[in-house]
Amino acid sequence: MRYLVSVIDDKSDPGSTDRQPAISAFNERLIAEGHWVFAGGLADTDTATVIDNRGEQAVFSDGPFVESKEYLAGVWVWEAPDLDVALKLAAEASKVCDRKIEVRPFL
Amino acid sequence: MNDVDVQEAITRTHHEEWGRVVASLTRRFGDLDIAEEAAAEAFAAAVERWPADGVPPNPGGWLTTTARRKAIDRIRRENKRDDKHKEAQAVYDDDPPGPVGAIDDDRLRLIFTCCHPALAVQARVALTLRLVAGLTVPEIARAFLARETTLEQRITRAKAKIKAARIPYRMPSAEDLPARLSGVLAVLYLVFNEGYLATGPGTDPIRHDLTAEAIRLTRLIRALLPDDGEVAGLLALMLLTEARRTARVSAGGELVPLAEQDRGAWDAALIAEGHRLVRERLAAAAAGAAPGRYQILAAINAVHTSARDIRDTDWSQILALYDRLVGLDPSPIIALNRAIAVAELDGPDVALAAVDRLEDKLADYHAYHATRADLLRRLGRSRQSRAAYDKAIELAGNTAETAHLTRRRDQLG
Repeated sequence: MRYLVSVIDDKSDPGSTDRQPAISAFNERLIAEGHWVFAGGLADTDTATVIDNRGEQAVFSDGPFVESKEYLAGVWVWEAPDLDVALKLAAEASKVCDRKIEVRPFL
Repeated sequence: MNDVDVQEAITRTHHEEWGRVVASLTRRFGDLDIAEEAAAEAFAAAVERWPADGVPPNPGGWLTTTARRKAIDRIRRENKRDDKHKEAQAVYDDDPPGPVGAIDDDRLRLIFTCCHPALAVQARVALTLRLVAGLTVPEIARAFLARETTLEQRITRAKAKIKAARIPYRMPSAEDLPARLSGVLAVLYLVFNEGYLATGPGTDPIRHDLTAEAIRLTRLIRALLPDDGEVAGLLALMLLTEARRTARVSAGGELVPLAEQDRGAWDAALIAEGHRLVRERLAAAAAGAAPGRYQILAAINAVHTSARDIRDTDWSQILALYDRLVGLDPSPIIALNRAIAVAELDGPDVALAAVDRLEDKLADYHAYHATRADLLRRLGRSRQSRAAYDKAIELAGNTAETAHLTRRRDQLG
């Protein structure tokens, strides 16, 4: 079972910026235990572009599809046998990243 | 066997077997929807057939077999046996029994799944009442004054999440058990309290159906986890509270405070059972087991139910228990209840000072204003007492409590 694990940051109350060594160590563990599928941090939401090509021609617009105080700062994709395993890892991930984490199953 | 007997047998079997049938089918088919529907069909078959054929010698076995057949029929009919379904089933069945051993039971798995922390609290309550206790959707909707469609959606959404996010159908690991069990007990306590002090103008002040259901489920958990102190504590707390039920509301539909209740109307058997459980936990505490909040609350209720009348109450013992509780649970509601014991020992003025300190946390809580009103009344500060009663009446949701507060207010000089 695969889960999308989103790291959520808050513009008005950002998590600490010194987490990279801890995140790297956590990633090593995810790999060793067979949970790691993918991971990546994201550039600032200001760098996002939205494309809508449902009409006659493609419309490009600057910025994220939804402006909000909370935003997606990074993602993991994990392999886990069930939600309990994913939630346990997510609880650790939240500590490691010093940020909120959302766990959502893939279909 | 006449029709009435058969009807009673069906009702009793429904109470005793519903959760077991749903649990064993969920285990077998790995799908709550299939389990719930097949169980409902099996009970419908019982209603249809038992009056003519007689009640089978093993009603639970009959229902499980019938439900299993209905489930297989349904799976065939809907051609659900695709690879994906088999895969899900393999995962559910893969669970090795062992580390949890003796406390493994399908019904416990079901309860832990229904009360999973990834589900919203309201969904946990609704799922537990539907799948474990067997209440119908209209019954649950009535109990919580929710629209049936809202409730149906809540249950459907929760079941869909369990399936899509793969919330496991198993006992939590030994390491997670205390936290997960406390989540289950919180759901049961919520059900009990909604029955004990029902909210809303259109409902009975006490919903015996809900208190009874909460007690039944807690008894079940007690039977499955007999060594857990908090399970025993919660059961004792519920029994000692339920024991006072008939004395708690007057013939005129008004809430009767503890001090004025006819103690002869308390249920002696429930009190005896509750006291036995509290004694069991006291012995465990003496042997070094630190009691949790339900055990302490039960002990407080044991002190109340041991007193022949309100003057006979051992308030210093109650205060000592509240002090322990405050150490475990710094909630302002505990502090408010502690102040009521303080009033008996140190006087209403000391208690009022303690209550007033809780204002910013409890300003929207009816019991805060009701407690203040009572303390102010005892201090002869009628004008302030009246204002506090007004506020309490405005916030109270229970019809019997509103009636009681109104009378008290109108008696002020």
